[in-house]
Parts: sequence; C-alpha cells; structure tokens
Amino acid sequence: MTEVQLSKEVAEYTEVHRHPEPKSFIWKYIFSVDHKVIGIQYLLLAVVAVFVGMALSLLVRLRLVCPECSYPLLGQFFPVGAPEGVMTPEFYLAMLTMHGTVMVFMVLTTAPQGGFGNYFLPIQIGAADMAFPRLNMLSFWTTFVSFLLLMAAFVVEGGAPMSGWTGYPPLSAVPEATLPGIGQDLWLASIAVFCIASLLGALNFIVTTLDLRAKGLTMMRMPLTCWTWFVTAILGLLAFGVLLAAGVLLLMDRNVGTSFFVPAGLVVSDKVIDHSGGSPILWQHLFWFFGHPEVYIAILPGMGVTSHVLSTFARKTVFGYRAMVYAIAAIGGLGFVVWGHHMFVSGMSPYSAFVFSVLTMCIGVPSAIKTFNWIGTMWGGKIRFTSPMLYSIGFVSLFVSGGLSGIFLGQPTVDLYFHDTYFVVAHFHLIMGVAAIFGMFAGLTFWFPKMFGKMMNEPLSKIHFWITFVGVYAIFGPMHYLGMLPHPRRYAEITSVDYLGTGGAAELHMFITVAAVLTVLAQFIFLYNFVKSIFSGKECREENPWEATTLEWTIPSPPPHDNFAGKVPHVYRGAYDFALKGAKRDFAMQCNDDKAVYGEPAPQASGD
Amino acid sequence: MGLLIAIVVWAITLAMSIPFVTQTWWMPESITALGDEIDQAFNWTLIGTGVIFVLAQAALGYAVWQFSRPTDKPASDSHGNNKLEILWTTAAAVIFVGLTFFSYSVWAETRFIEQKSMEPSADRLVVEVTGQQFVWNMRYAGEDNQFGPTDIALIDDAAGNPVGLDRSAPGGADDIMVPEMQVPVNKEIEVVLKSKDVLHNFFVPELRIKLDTVPGLVGKLRFTATKEGKYEIVCSELCGLGHYKMRSFLHVVSEEEYDAWIAEQASYLF
Repeated sequence: MTEVQLSKEVAEYTEVHRHPEPKSFIWKYIFSVDHKVIGIQYLLLAVVAVFVGMALSLLVRLRLVCPECSYPLLGQFFPVGAPEGVMTPEFYLAMLTMHGTVMVFMVLTTAPQGGFGNYFLPIQIGAADMAFPRLNMLSFWTTFVSFLLLMAAFVVEGGAPMSGWTGYPPLSAVPEATLPGIGQDLWLASIAVFCIASLLGALNFIVTTLDLRAKGLTMMRMPLTCWTWFVTAILGLLAFGVLLAAGVLLLMDRNVGTSFFVPAGLVVSDKVIDHSGGSPILWQHLFWFFGHPEVYIAILPGMGVTSHVLSTFARKTVFGYRAMVYAIAAIGGLGFVVWGHHMFVSGMSPYSAFVFSVLTMCIGVPSAIKTFNWIGTMWGGKIRFTSPMLYSIGFVSLFVSGGLSGIFLGQPTVDLYFHDTYFVVAHFHLIMGVAAIFGMFAGLTFWFPKMFGKMMNEPLSKIHFWITFVGVYAIFGPMHYLGMLPHPRRYAEITSVDYLGTGGAAELHMFITVAAVLTVLAQFIFLYNFVKSIFSGKECREENPWEATTLEWTIPSPPPHDNFAGKVPHVYRGAYDFALKGAKRDFAMQCNDDKAVYGEPAPQASGD
Repeated sequence: MGLLIAIVVWAITLAMSIPFVTQTWWMPESITALGDEIDQAFNWTLIGTGVIFVLAQAALGYAVWQFSRPTDKPASDSHGNNKLEILWTTAAAVIFVGLTFFSYSVWAETRFIEQKSMEPSADRLVVEVTGQQFVWNMRYAGEDNQFGPTDIALIDDAAGNPVGLDRSAPGGADDIMVPEMQVPVNKEIEVVLKSKDVLHNFFVPELRIKLDTVPGLVGKLRFTATKEGKYEIVCSELCGLGHYKMRSFLHVVSEEEYDAWIAEQASYLF
C-alpha cells in the first residue's frame, strides 16, 4: 500500500479502516470496484459514444443538404442502407434514431452522473468509496453491455431501427410497417439493460449521499454538484423503472404476440396485422413519464458543475445557496408531472392539457431562479477566465436560449403549430444537448488536474470553447427559423413539400450543415487535448491548483486508492466560502476550522 | 477576455433575434379566426420571452465583462438577496404561468369537441381523413349525409377501397373517396381523423392546427377557413421511410365551386 501524505489543510480526521489496493491489472483497471476507476470508465464510454453520435448526426446533416450525393466509403460499410454510397430515406431515419439514442442514453446519462458523479461525489462528501462498490462495478459493466447491444443493431440484417429515439408504436412494434430485422429488438433490449444499470447506479448514489457524508457535512453544506447528483439519482430511481417496464412490454408485443401497444384492426399494405386491443398512446405515457425526468437527469449535473465553477472562479460564494438547492429539488419534482406536454397533439384527452401546461410553465420559475443566481454569483466577483469558467459561462447562455423556447412549446395552442417541427429540435438540442455538454466540458477541464495529476492545455481548451460556443449557436439557432416555416422533423428530404422548397429551407439547411461540419471538426481539438494531456500534459501535483474550497482539493492528484488514506475529514463550513472578511486568504476550504481561516485569535493584551 | 465574451454573447443574441423581428422566415398567413388567436398567443409569448432573452443575455455579458476587470476591491461577500430573489421569481411566475391562461380559451375552442357523434349537419361539413403509409384518404358522406360502415376485410388499395368501405350497406353507396380535401370557404368543417397502420399527423400550417391520427382511436378537429386557396397537408409524426413525402392538399373554394366539385365526384360513382 502506498503511503499517502495527509493534507495539512484538513483540521481534523476520524480514523476508519483502509481497504487494501488490488494488485492485478484486471481487478485494478477492468473490474475495479474503485469509484474513481469506474468514473473514468463511464467517461471513456461517453467519449466513444459521443463521437459515434456525432458521426451519425453528420450523416443526417449530409443527407439533408444533398439526398442524392454518393459517399463511396459509406457504401462499403452499409451496402444496403447506402447502395453505391447514396443514403436511402430509411438509412437516414436509422441514423437519426441511433444518433438520438446514443446521445441521450450513452452520453447525456452516463458522463454527468456515472462519470463525474461517480468520481467526485464520494470525494466531495469525504467518503472512501461509494456505499456499494461492487454494485457500482456492476452498474458500469451492465451499461457497457447495453452499449454493445445498441451497436449490434448496426450490423444485423435490416439494420438499425428507424422509429426515432422515442420508438413510438405501432411503427416500432409492427415489423411489417418498417423493415424486417431484429434491429428494433436489439434497441429495446439495450434500453432495458441500460435501465437496470441506471437503477443500480441510482440506488448507490442515494445511499452514498445519505449515509457516507463526513462529520460536519450537513446536507445544506454540500457542494451543489452533490445536490444535483443526489436529485438526479432520485429521478433515475423513479423514472428508469417505468421505461424498463415499457421496453419489456414492447419487446413482448414484437416477439410473443401480446398487444400492449398495438390496437386491433391494423392494416399494412392491405395485410391485416394480428393484434388486438392495445393502445399506442399508452407507450407515449410510459415513455414520457421517463422521458421528461430524463431531460433533468441530463442537465441537472451540468447545473451543479456550473454553479460550482462560477463560484470558484468568480471568487465569490454562490448567490442564494438555499434558493439553488430548492430550485434543484423543484425542477426534479416538477419534472415528474409534466410529461403530458410531449403529448398535446397525440390524441390524449384534450382536457388534461391545461394541467400539464401550467405545471410545465412552473418549471420556468426555478429555472429563472438558477439563471438569476448564476449571474448574481458573478456580480461583484473577481472573475478568473480559466477554461472551465468559459464553458460554464457558455452553459448559462445556452441554458437561457434553450429554456425560453420551451415557453412556446409548453402552451398547447402554440404547440399546435410547433409540435414536431425543427423548433422542437432546436429547443431540446440547446437545452439538454449542448448546454449539458458544456457542463461536461466545464467538469472535465475543472477536474482534469485532480483526476490525472496533469493540466489540460489551456489555450487549446479556449480555442475549442470559442469555436464550439459560436458553432452550436450557428447550428441550432437557425433551426428555430426552420420551425417557423414550419419544417416538420424527421424528414429525409424537403423535396416533396412545396412550401419547404420555396421557403428558404434549403439555404438554412446548408448553413446548418456547414456549421455542423466545422463544429464537429473542432471537437477533435478537444479529443487531442484530452488524450495528449493524459499522457504528456503539464504535471500538476498540487492538491489545489484552482484555489477551490471543497474536499477533493485536499487530497493528492490523482487521489490514492481510498481517497483519504483510511480517514474521514471533518467539515466546518459551507461549500463556497470565498471572500470572507478578515480571513487570511480569499477562500476557506470546507475542512478548515475558524482558526485555520482567520489565524490565531489576536493575543489578549495582558496587564502584567 | 471579459469584454470579448460580452461582445460575442451580445452579438449572438442580436443575430438570433433579428430574424424574429424582420420575420425573414415566418409562418404562412393564418386562414382561420382561431389561427389568428393562436398567432396572438404566439406574439405575446415572443414578446415576453424575447424581452427576458435579451435582458438575461445582456446581463450575463455585462457581469462577465464588469467583474473581470482588474480592481483592488475585494470580491463582494454577498450571500444573496432575498428581496431581489422573490421579486424576480414572482415576475417569472406571473409571465410564464400567465401565458398559459391567456391562450387557454383558444385550446378549448379547437379541441373540446364532443366525441360521440360524427353526424353531418346543415351547417357543418364532416370530412373523414384516414392516414396510411404514405397517403391521405379523404371521405365525404355523399348525398345522404351519412358515412357508410367500413370493414377491414374489404380493404383493397389496388381496387380503390383503402378504408374498406362497404358500398352495399346503407349509407355506403354514395360515399366519396378522394385523395385531396375540398371544402367551402366560411363553413365549419369537422375533420375526423383515423389511421389504418401507424401514427400519422394531420397538419395544415395555415390552419395552425395538427393532431395525430392514431390507429384504434378517432380524433377530431374543427376549423372554418375564411380565405380561398390551395394549402398543403403535411404529415408531422414519423410514420416510416416515406414520412417526408406523405402530403396532400386542402382546397378552400367558394360554395358554388364546392357544390360543382362534389357533384362531379358523385357522378363518377354510378
């Protein structure tokens, strides 16, 4: 066991027991029970998945601007989907479906929670590991199996499914309505397995947060990152079970002749389909009961990171910490009662629309609180422009832009026009796509020195920030205008609708595609920076290079196997004590007692 | 760096907003009174969110710029401001939730239609629209003002019977099946929406309304078009590989033209 130097910053420790460090490569790096290794495994999975998802989105973009163009290399890989390199409409839909699925499940759900949450929740609360380390390992490897199942859908006969990431039946349930093949079954199996993995993970996060906090670390002293991981885990626990059930039922509809989601009397190409009595709308209820909380599962950790980073680099405490905590809880809670706003035009009872609409608008309130408090946090601060700070500022801007278009879509009447148009595509990409990803960029650049003991190249990160920040606006801004036309979603071509041909849709699509290609290219700058910095980045053995306040900055970089060397630090203060009057430094770490912060009390003037 | 971020954030805000002000890419003109009301709701929302959008981005840029300038003053030790917090929260709540109430009556008029009858009446024309991969089938009740019964066993696309209409049953003989919708101007139309196979969505941008066609369910929409013209009906719910080419037309014509057209269609039947 390596000897670990305990930090002088920590005023007091309590002794607990140490776990031995595994020796063999397999137990140390593959089937590791160490939350830090598992966190990095999740992050690497997300990095692979995000490049897969991005490649798919590029294919989608390319076909939209030139349906008849030939890409010979593509024809070699997909002789059926792209004969002679020309993408068919069904290939387009398959790429679209897989893009959404990969991004939502394998990137937005894994990296913020499974990745950063796994790595930093235990350290930020002063624990040696998660509450159930073996369960944690199981969560990751189950997620990995789910990823393999999803990728397998590309190579089976019939190819990947083409019913969209929402998988609405009957299209997803009746093979006759699409292409025959097991792509859709693999997709469903992958989702079901993913749900199991996420349920296990959620349990672990909740127990860890409630049971393993260091002495003195009350809930209201927790960093906001921990709050968001905690609330996200509760959302996951309640949401993934529902999707798991729905996925299994749909698999049964496809394979064993049940009719949960398929009504009687379907006729596809003059052929009567043998089903009876199911409801396609039931799937939508179940799916969105999961799907809406899923949006917050993706974005809440990004909000936590943003609050954390803004405070750290504005050198100022979080504006309205309590209000932030309540807002996180409110967003999470309201997230469960608004799923109907995805279904205003689904044929669901129109009488329920008002309830869903009012509740949806209510989410605007905690979101407004957060925005206000982020700007309030910077107000009066002394801002340091590190790359995590830039990404966090970008997050706030994207969150505002993406959130406000939701006010249109949350009203059933206005949604009558915009539902299922590019306006919706613009909305959810800005808010749960790129805003969440900016949260991850902020997290990665912020914690990189802690995770790897090296710095990322700051100028490269900054270049990447500028191109990406302007790039995502150039991609998703114009999609609002496509929505105005109104351009329906999931159209493989615009050639068959007259008003799209004349309305300027082609020019907007071209602009978006050019912006998308450039922005995707810029991501290789980040990949290069990330990989190169892991192997040959500037050494950073300092415990606390950012002068931050939370517990992860009291241990060595990278942290040892059991984080605090078999001890538990004591916590004396809230997570964001910056700019304290009379303090020796402009920040006070959570483990510093008043003596450490303010120095020895002034010696009493003595009379003798 | 602070000023640069502020300028870029402000520039993006301006660039995003301008097309909404100049209306470069815009909705086609509404052709119903309800559509005009929906446009009103849209416009109020645009103004409300537009103001918040510009203010929030402007404040973000300003804060980043101002509080990154070198200064000898220490950072503020403010932990928040409850008064401001409550003021801002209340304002947001009033604007956001208020918008919902504002547009609710329009929703009720469009969608609260009694589901039991599809009886045509003297002052309302009923058109049944059945979606299938990847065409729209329109059915008119014909002379007797009664829709004939359908049976899935009779469905035969090639023989021109896509909905399985029983021509021999009472009310069925004079039903008219056409691929495009023709309606008289200034008359209330009830669209009865059905699907044979998967989900589709009946959407006419000029009417400002859309609704999924769901197999096993009957959906209803009502509208009164006040402007003659030819409008596109597009599918707005992913329905398979031909989704993008599933469209039809809505022809809004004068009463006389409509009568002549329906008479001509009827003449093909016998």
